[in-house]
Amino acid sequence: MKVQTNSSEKMTYREALRAGIEQCLNDDERTFLMGEDVGRYGGCYGVSKGLFEHYGAERIIDTPLCESGFVGVGIGAALGGMRPIVEVMTVNFSLLAMDQIVNSAATLRHMSGGQLNVPVVIRMACGAGLQLAAQHSHSWENLYAHIPGLKVLSPATHNDARYMLSQAIQDPDPVLIFEHVMLLNNQGEVFNAPDADMEKAVVRKQGTDITLITYGGSLPKVLMAACALEALNINVEVVDLRCLRPLDNHTILASVKKTHRAIIIDEGWKTGSLAGEISAIIMEQAFWYLDAPVQRVCTQEVPIPYPSHLEQAALPQVEQIIRCATILFAGEQ
Amino acid sequence: MNDKLHLDKAHLLEQLKQMLRIRLFEEKCAELYAQEKIRGFLHLYIGEEAVGVMAALSPEDNIVATYREHGHALARGLSMQSVMAEMYGRTNGCSKGRGGSMHLFDKKQHFYGGNAIVGGGLPLATGLAMANKQLKKSAIAVCFFGEGAVAEGEFHEVMNLAVLWQLPILFICENNGYAMGTALALSESETNIAKKAHSYGMPAWQVDGMNVVNVEAATTKAVQYVRSHQQPYFLECQTYRFRGHSSFDGQLYRDKAEIEQWKKHGPVKQLKHWLIQNHQLSDNDFNRIESQIKQEIIEAINFAEQGQWEPVEDLCKDVYSPATPKINTKAEQGGLA
Ligand SMILES: Cc1ncc(C[n+]2csc(CCOP(=O)(O)OP(=O)(O)O)c2C)c(N)n1
Ligand SMILES: [Mg+2]
Repeated sequence: MKVQTNSSEKMTYREALRAGIEQCLNDDERTFLMGEDVGRYGGCYGVSKGLFEHYGAERIIDTPLCESGFVGVGIGAALGGMRPIVEVMTVNFSLLAMDQIVNSAATLRHMSGGQLNVPVVIRMACGAGLQLAAQHSHSWENLYAHIPGLKVLSPATHNDARYMLSQAIQDPDPVLIFEHVMLLNNQGEVFNAPDADMEKAVVRKQGTDITLITYGGSLPKVLMAACALEALNINVEVVDLRCLRPLDNHTILASVKKTHRAIIIDEGWKTGSLAGEISAIIMEQAFWYLDAPVQRVCTQEVPIPYPSHLEQAALPQVEQIIRCATILFAGEQ
Repeated sequence: MNDKLHLDKAHLLEQLKQMLRIRLFEEKCAELYAQEKIRGFLHLYIGEEAVGVMAALSPEDNIVATYREHGHALARGLSMQSVMAEMYGRTNGCSKGRGGSMHLFDKKQHFYGGNAIVGGGLPLATGLAMANKQLKKSAIAVCFFGEGAVAEGEFHEVMNLAVLWQLPILFICENNGYAMGTALALSESETNIAKKAHSYGMPAWQVDGMNVVNVEAATTKAVQYVRSHQQPYFLECQTYRFRGHSSFDGQLYRDKAEIEQWKKHGPVKQLKHWLIQNHQLSDNDFNRIESQIKQEIIEAINFAEQGQWEPVEDLCKDVYSPATPKINTKAEQGGLA
């Protein structure tokens, strides 16, 4: 294999997402972007700004406020041979479309005995941190990751924001992409190729002492914690899940078998969380490799409150991750 | 394609035969259900056959129906064998046995199911219409749904979208008066469903759904309109189901007398009488048609009985498509740390 240096470019996560959408629109005439205010308004988080002017109303389609209706139309259009990108403003509103996503997109291939497939991509913003309170701040990747028939992606880096969509749109099955709102303004590096297959977890930092497993908006926090832990002589490995269904068990387990300790950092609520699922996988498949119980750092069991200090207290924080890792590491020294 | 209405004898006999096929097939299904050959839910279309025969459509048009879709599937051209085998849950069924009675599919015949979420098929069909329009195909989408779906939000979302985006779709509401046990008047503030659809800005008509000729005339006109104008059209077919909602229905919510009243002008009966009265059908003709269908049913049952059970090892098949070729990644280019 020829080794080549990757040239990189700096841009915001939002710009990386937009470049990804542009690539998909340029690559395939069957692709269009559809959603509430994606066109003239430029997207509620500004992701699709400028696309309407460039691609026109036929390919950048403003929809009325009817999540079930337009998500279902996107699914039907995919059945009919198109490659739609459907944007739902935020995961919170996707609940109104859950019927179409779960009962149609996820089931049609199976119910038809493999005859049909649904190559739709559904993107949505997710996550807390903007003081948007209890109806605009949640992280329900977990709900969708529960559903066989769906694929669920969580781009945490700029390069993933740039390339995961184009990987997803080539997939014959329905793919959901969760874009964390706290990442949108961050500057970061975009390279000239994807980091890995969309279904693979990636080790973002190599280490030997503890595996920190995370995804999406929590990755920057985990990397900060990893740095701080380095100073305390705790050398952690950071696994970025990237794909929440199917989970890349292989990468998770390989890391845990190496470090013998694991902490999962997940912006979902702990009860019934993805963190719980990963913990169970480790317990089932790497129990004898563990030197300590698996730990979880998750959101507190409360709808996200409005005041900043309470919102921040509800969410996983760098300090908590550091504390959890320190205790875990000290535990059996 | 039937753009003009053929009232010739051969065509009417064909209509009679299609309705009778559905009727006799489903009567047999009810028996097979009692024998526990068919399990799960079984929703019979008996009484509503005139709505589902679809003579006005082209083979490439996309059909979306509900869980009460055996009739549509047969009329569409799915073989009776593959439908019966599906109800048996065997691998030679039209959905390889994975769907059962409520989820009949056939991609080749553009038959998109078999949707058992009330209202759930409406957005899908509208999306198919959107794809046809964008891909500049002449096919239209046709969505069948019960009047119960009219109370769902998805119905209204889709009425709006179809007109707003001028999509080539024909909505056919099968108004059989009841959603399970709830009569229309107990669930709708406005019981004229065509009027509701019309308020969204599309042509919408009520049709006598017990009369196959009326249904065909109305759908022929509708299909022509949708194809040539590339715009939606709505038909409310007023019909009645003679059997219970499903296999589990004590029918406490309606009078026997009401059922008998509707049966008097049942779709098969009506057409048969008309043909006989007009000397277009003899008892002999009718018996011949009936015995042909009975033979077809016997063959369908044999086919289903001989079908295989899918091996349990294949349980998780067809949840995802087979893996696709990978694209170049940074790791493969050697650039990932
Ligand atoms: C969203 C949803 N709610 C409830 C049900 C349960 N259910 C199945 S059929 C039915 C009645 C639907 O009546 P209608 O739309 O008139 O169709 P029909 O059965 O009369 O053909 C109900 C309530 C369902 N399948 N989906
Ligand atoms: Mg009904």
